Amino acid sequence: MDLVPKMKNVSVLGAAGKMGSGILVLLSFEMAKLKIGKKSNEQFVLNAIDVSQPALVNLLGYVRSQLLKHAEKNIVELREWYADKENLVDNEDVINQFVEDVMAMIQTSTRIETTYESNLIFEAIKEDKDLKVKLFSQIKQNNPNAWFLTNTSSIPIGEIEKEAGLNGDIVGYHFYNPPVIQKLLEIIKCDNTGDELNEFSIALAKSMRKIIVPSRDVAGFIGNGHFMRDALYALNQAEKLAETEGWAKAFFMIDTISRDLLVRPMGIFQLIDYVGVDVTKFILASMQPSFPNETLSHDVLNELFDREVKGGQYADGSQKDGVFKYQKGRITHVYDFGAGKYVSKEDIEMDCAAKMGELPTLKIYWKTVVRDKNKAEYLEKFFKELHQIDSVGANLAVAYGQNSKAIGQMLVDTEVAASAEDVNTVLETGFFHAYGPINDYF
Amino acid sequence: MKALRKKVYMVAGYNTVSMGTGRKEFHPKKPRPDLEHYIKEAGQATLKMIGGAENVDEGVIGNFMASRFNKQANLPAFLPMIDEGLKYKPAISVEGACASGGLALASGIKSILAETADVVLAVGFEVQNTMKAMYGADVLAGAGWMKTRKDGHAYFFPGVFSKRAGAYYEKFGKEKTREAMAKWYCNAIENARLCETAQEFHNQNKDLEGTAKMPLNPKKFVDHLNYSDCSKVSDGASAIAIVSEEGLKKVGIDPKDAVEVVGIGQAAADITQEPENMTCLSTMKAAAAKAMEMAGITVDQIGTVEVHDCFSIAGIMGTEAIGFAEEGKGVDFVLEGHTSRCGKVPFNTTGGLIGWGHPTGATGVHQAVTIWEQLTGKAGDAQIEMKEDRPYGMTVNMGGDDKSLVVIVYKRGE
Repeated sequence: MDLVPKMKNVSVLGAAGKMGSGILVLLSFEMAKLKIGKKSNEQFVLNAIDVSQPALVNLLGYVRSQLLKHAEKNIVELREWYADKENLVDNEDVINQFVEDVMAMIQTSTRIETTYESNLIFEAIKEDKDLKVKLFSQIKQNNPNAWFLTNTSSIPIGEIEKEAGLNGDIVGYHFYNPPVIQKLLEIIKCDNTGDELNEFSIALAKSMRKIIVPSRDVAGFIGNGHFMRDALYALNQAEKLAETEGWAKAFFMIDTISRDLLVRPMGIFQLIDYVGVDVTKFILASMQPSFPNETLSHDVLNELFDREVKGGQYADGSQKDGVFKYQKGRITHVYDFGAGKYVSKEDIEMDCAAKMGELPTLKIYWKTVVRDKNKAEYLEKFFKELHQIDSVGANLAVAYGQNSKAIGQMLVDTEVAASAEDVNTVLETGFFHAYGPINDYF
Repeated sequence: MKALRKKVYMVAGYNTVSMGTGRKEFHPKKPRPDLEHYIKEAGQATLKMIGGAENVDEGVIGNFMASRFNKQANLPAFLPMIDEGLKYKPAISVEGACASGGLALASGIKSILAETADVVLAVGFEVQNTMKAMYGADVLAGAGWMKTRKDGHAYFFPGVFSKRAGAYYEKFGKEKTREAMAKWYCNAIENARLCETAQEFHNQNKDLEGTAKMPLNPKKFVDHLNYSDCSKVSDGASAIAIVSEEGLKKVGIDPKDAVEVVGIGQAAADITQEPENMTCLSTMKAAAAKAMEMAGITVDQIGTVEVHDCFSIAGIMGTEAIGFAEEGKGVDFVLEGHTSRCGKVPFNTTGGLIGWGHPTGATGVHQAVTIWEQLTGKAGDAQIEMKEDRPYGMTVNMGGDDKSLVVIVYKRGE
């Protein structure tokens, strides 16, 4: 498929945000392939649009650094691209020229009108349906041929399509954080999504070398469909534990269990901090209307939000305080929800270990297991032992794994995911789990 | 020249660590020792063994590209930095790409022969981790003819030797050649593990052969070589004293603790010309023949060799250029184990450029230090057994693609 006609003028809404900036970088790589790699004489424009002018200035610095890294990594290919430029002799010359050439295609703007010239509009603004609908409908009225690729992680695409009057010119294009590195892309076609757009979105994803998982247009899709329910389960478990142990220990224990005993890269509350308590709350709220029989909110989460215990990240990528406080990425303090203050991890660690009791003797760590050829064998041994132990920690872990599996199975049963394999791919690639939730371990 | 007009010895060798990827203490983003550190460490260690700076008459520094890696020139003036006692003594620096170290030795030998000095301190160094590999490749490309850079590979020298490897595969069979290259790599790492200054000293890979036989990846690297076929990017320095008979007495060292230089062959080939024969290192062949002729020995009398294996294929072609095997038979020579540490002629007994490391300007001196250690029984865990009928050692130091060559033949002092 020829991507050029559509890629000549592209806008990214929310370009200065965490996801938007990554999407912008990926698109700049694609434009570079078309413009420089294929020696096209066409003019290409990539509009970086955001409400914050200062953030756009920072964005350009980020994009430049990413282009430099990309050029260094792909220098063998870039030398071929620039083979006919006699003056570019050293790798350094080629790399610098590439960065300049790509930067020259990027224009920043704080005005929505900029999108009126674009064939493609990528959107990565906050998870707010009304805002998305308002912007899309305004753009559509002024730019009837535009295609919209939205990074929404939870709002049904069909609803946006209908409310904004998009005539099927929208597809869900859900990247994972950080988009430049994360291989997974959930593509969500709504009932009306046009075939041409659908085909284009898949061709572009392939060109970006993404792992594509299609998801049905059901709020939360596969990724958040699992994550949100997993998080709610964890909050409920913590609430129960808190009755006897207090909140600090409850948070800490459930987090530890979900990381160490489920062999995941992060504990569930650390993941909530990483995503942001606020974002988690918004996602749940956007999913709730689609599931009237389910409670997709949690008082504790809402209360944390009200108390400004929000997590999320600073501009430099370091973690803000949330359920935990961190130093160099390691948990140092735990929020005691009951007392409304942080307590030192060291003060509760021993008690938590004692409470959890016996744990498997076989020690396995996500970091080493995840890339091991014999991963399945280790995991099987580990979980077998876990099942045989009757301790608070082991029982909580087994129940947690079983619940995670049930969520995954529900996503297949309700046809959100086409197969168990798709669910597992999303969790393994999008969330870096060492194994998918639908497994024989639980 | 048939023989050296007077006796020349080398003593008191010293190698710093070869720093770079592979060493536990190496971290690309953390500060590292600078060139001053390396020159001082190596120079001072040799001075200590020869009774101090007052015994030194002259100094020579070998370096390739400090002018670009470190933005530093005027290297002779670093000699007195090693020790105040070297202030106002004659010093020069020499450059011949990766043969800079060998040229420093040649320069020192000539000073002894010219009788301008009885004791010459020779230091070679390079500090090249100041740049990422793809930028370092630009700098190292200076060892080739700059007018060929534009059409060359991003990783210029791997590209050059990849072409040689490709020609070799075509002429003599790819499968066996890849086997021999893998064997070369395994030998290099196994030897490096015995030498604590080696860059691969910490290598714990249990499947070296598997690493060497990884599929080639022309898209990210070059057509015919793997990373395991390449020498490393290294920081390091080596020093050795080059002395006359009088000099040996002056520094108070027993000739048995010295090596005698019995032959030297230097050769240069036109950098603007492509090699006539892609599967033969003909300049190396010429230099090796000269060195052996001067020493009055045949190849069968050589007991150990430090050969310039900037790439595994260069090591294999080196065995042929020196005369251990006919053209195309170097692969068999290696595969039959003759270059292994228990073989007929152990090659690169502390890992060579692939295993020990390749701080470019230091390499020629490093090779001499290694031969001095082996012939005088100072090689520690890496010590090989020298056989009576093969008492000679040889160093083969090459600049660029077979362009600047220094070959030296040594025997233990008597």
